[in-house]
Amino acid sequence: MSKEKLVEIRNLKQHFKTGRHSVVKAVDGLNFDIYKGETFGLVGESGCGKSTTGRTIIRLYDATDGEVLFNGENVHGKKDREQLKKFNREMQMIFQDPYASLNPRMKVEDIIAEGMDIHGLAKDEKERKAKVQELLETVGLNKEHANRYPHEFSGGQRQRIGIARALAVDPSFIIADEPISALDVSIQAQVVNLLKKLQEENQLTYLFIAHDLSMVKYISDRIGVMYFGKMVELADADDLYKHPIHPYTQSLLSSIPLPDPDYERSRERFTYDPSNHDTSEEPEFREVRPGHWVLCTTKEFEHYKKEHGAVTTS
Amino acid sequence: MDNYKPQKELFVPVERNEGESEKISRPSLSFWQDSFIRFRKNIGAMLGVFVLIVLIVMAIFGPMFNEYGENDQDLSVAKMPPKIEGLGWIGMDGTLTTVQTADTLEDAERKALMRFSNQEEFIDMTVLSNGANGEAEVRAVYDPYAAKGLEENFWFGTDGLGRDLWTRTWLGTRISLFIAFLAAAIDLVIGVAYGGISAYYGGRVDNYMQRIIEILVGIPNLVVVILMILILDPGILSIVIALTITGWISMARIVRGQILKLKNQEFVLASRTLGAPDNRILRRHLVPNVLGLIIINTMFTIPSAIFFEAFLSFIGLGLPTPTASLGTLIDDGFSSIQIYPHILLFPAIVISLIMIAFNIVADGLRDAFDPKMRE
Ligand SMILES: Nc1ncnc2c1ncn2[C@@H]1O[C@H](COP(=O)(O)OP(=O)(O)OP(=O)(O)O)[C@@H](O)[C@H]1O
Ligand SMILES: [Mg+2]
Repeated sequence: MSKEKLVEIRNLKQHFKTGRHSVVKAVDGLNFDIYKGETFGLVGESGCGKSTTGRTIIRLYDATDGEVLFNGENVHGKKDREQLKKFNREMQMIFQDPYASLNPRMKVEDIIAEGMDIHGLAKDEKERKAKVQELLETVGLNKEHANRYPHEFSGGQRQRIGIARALAVDPSFIIADEPISALDVSIQAQVVNLLKKLQEENQLTYLFIAHDLSMVKYISDRIGVMYFGKMVELADADDLYKHPIHPYTQSLLSSIPLPDPDYERSRERFTYDPSNHDTSEEPEFREVRPGHWVLCTTKEFEHYKKEHGAVTTS
Repeated sequence: MDNYKPQKELFVPVERNEGESEKISRPSLSFWQDSFIRFRKNIGAMLGVFVLIVLIVMAIFGPMFNEYGENDQDLSVAKMPPKIEGLGWIGMDGTLTTVQTADTLEDAERKALMRFSNQEEFIDMTVLSNGANGEAEVRAVYDPYAAKGLEENFWFGTDGLGRDLWTRTWLGTRISLFIAFLAAAIDLVIGVAYGGISAYYGGRVDNYMQRIIEILVGIPNLVVVILMILILDPGILSIVIALTITGWISMARIVRGQILKLKNQEFVLASRTLGAPDNRILRRHLVPNVLGLIIINTMFTIPSAIFFEAFLSFIGLGLPTPTASLGTLIDDGFSSIQIYPHILLFPAIVISLIMIAFNIVADGLRDAFDPKMRE
């Protein structure tokens, strides 16, 4: 894996005004990079701002503050139509709800071809049809499905249609917002494997949002843990699983059940208590071990370094 | 318990055919085809459609069936009762009937004769009670067609000025339907555009647009209409303007509600991430998903527009004479409802049929478009 940065997120903030005086800080100062070709997993409990992060990165929301650099170029801020179009082709999104993410009044063919229509990627009707059929086969569907309507498909099939739609514009970066959380477990594996296969074939980079930790570990190279709009820990997938440092991550990991009775008997669940933190100063994102970042104060940093810094990655 | 373990060799893996498992055998039906099938199964709604077709065909071609014009006045044949050859048994035999009572039989008979201008030879008198118990009663049946020596029949009779009511009823239906369709079409265009823009752009735009609607709603409809009609010359156009000046509001509200709901659905977001411009999102994603409701709402707007036009004409704010509309015809007939009920009867039947049929069809469409909405 090359260490070339594809997406850089700098101090990204997204605050929603919910009333005259109340503001929801859905995303509050995120900093992370996504490297070319990797899968970056984003986990965290429901409502911590994962979807908002994804949607802000792809410009569905205008960021309150901060910037998103894609190939070194700021995504937000003023852009003309051409720049926007170029960017829209590079970055795509797969959505969470397979039932809401396909327009019920459109045929599968038109759904998948929408991107091609917008960007004029198909010269004529024949080419469009051929491309749609190719995409359908890429995602493991029948080409006869092109003339059907979304309500005739199962959740897993719909999700694949959504993937085909995103692939139609030939993107290099895909944000997958809990693409499997609405699916049956057996179908989840199919979709995740499809995503992996597509990544290899098309050199895709993923931002994979999820709350199912085991699936994230399986697909991700690096994982970021979010808590209330902030990134609390970021590390390589293995490292994060083996040596979680931040107490919230530890608590998250301790909640994963494993199909192993011996382990389960001794499994201890931590509950995370945010009031246990050192409050003497604003916590900052610091590198405790190479490639392993944790949100902590100076005091905590010293403590973490002593406790975890020496452990070598196995 | 006996732990019977089947032998491993007994299990043979099923040959899985990937292609087969993804096959869908049901024929592909679009939402509209599906709805149409459901609609066709609804007998009431189909009946409503049939009635509407008949009425519309009659409104277009009815006046051509005889040679009387809309405004051919002939006082000598004023207030003729309806007469259709062969339909005498339902009362359309071209006769007028009166029942008179008086103290004595002579008085009663005289009153009956006077009622029909003493044309004795065309009056068929039946004594119902001879006055022995102090009250005499006679029934007189008068045949004005014979009295006037008329060859042709007035199918729906004539009004007080001798105008043929068949012609006027269908012309009136035509005008009423025209006004209603025009008003509904204008409501639709303004309502959809206004509601759509308000909801889609949201924020401050939405805020201001909704305040404007609230102000409009706050003014009583009838006041606006009366003012409009006072300013404009009475006529079809001014009625249509009066009907639409506030009529689009309900459409705008429905469309706004739906679009607010739809615009944050993931399929719309997906389209935006693909770079779809606003008008494409509106055209391809939002409007098709609101179309069902728009159609239903329009189907309910039409009968209420017809009713409102009739109401305005009835209270004297509608079309000026001599233009016929269902409302003016009913207004005409109402003044002589006791003696010549037929003048009122036919337009009243037509307007009732239109109202009922449109409502049933609209109901049927609602069920067809959204089977979940049915209780
Ligand atoms: N458009 C909005 N306006 C106001 N508040 C919002 C908006 N979108 C999200 N929020 C709030 O921002 C917070 C983060 O929401 P978000 O959808 O990003 O959570 P999430 O991590 O994706 O959760 P889940 O795992 O359930 O999908 C929530 O508290 C939510 O209520
Ligand atoms: Mg989410």
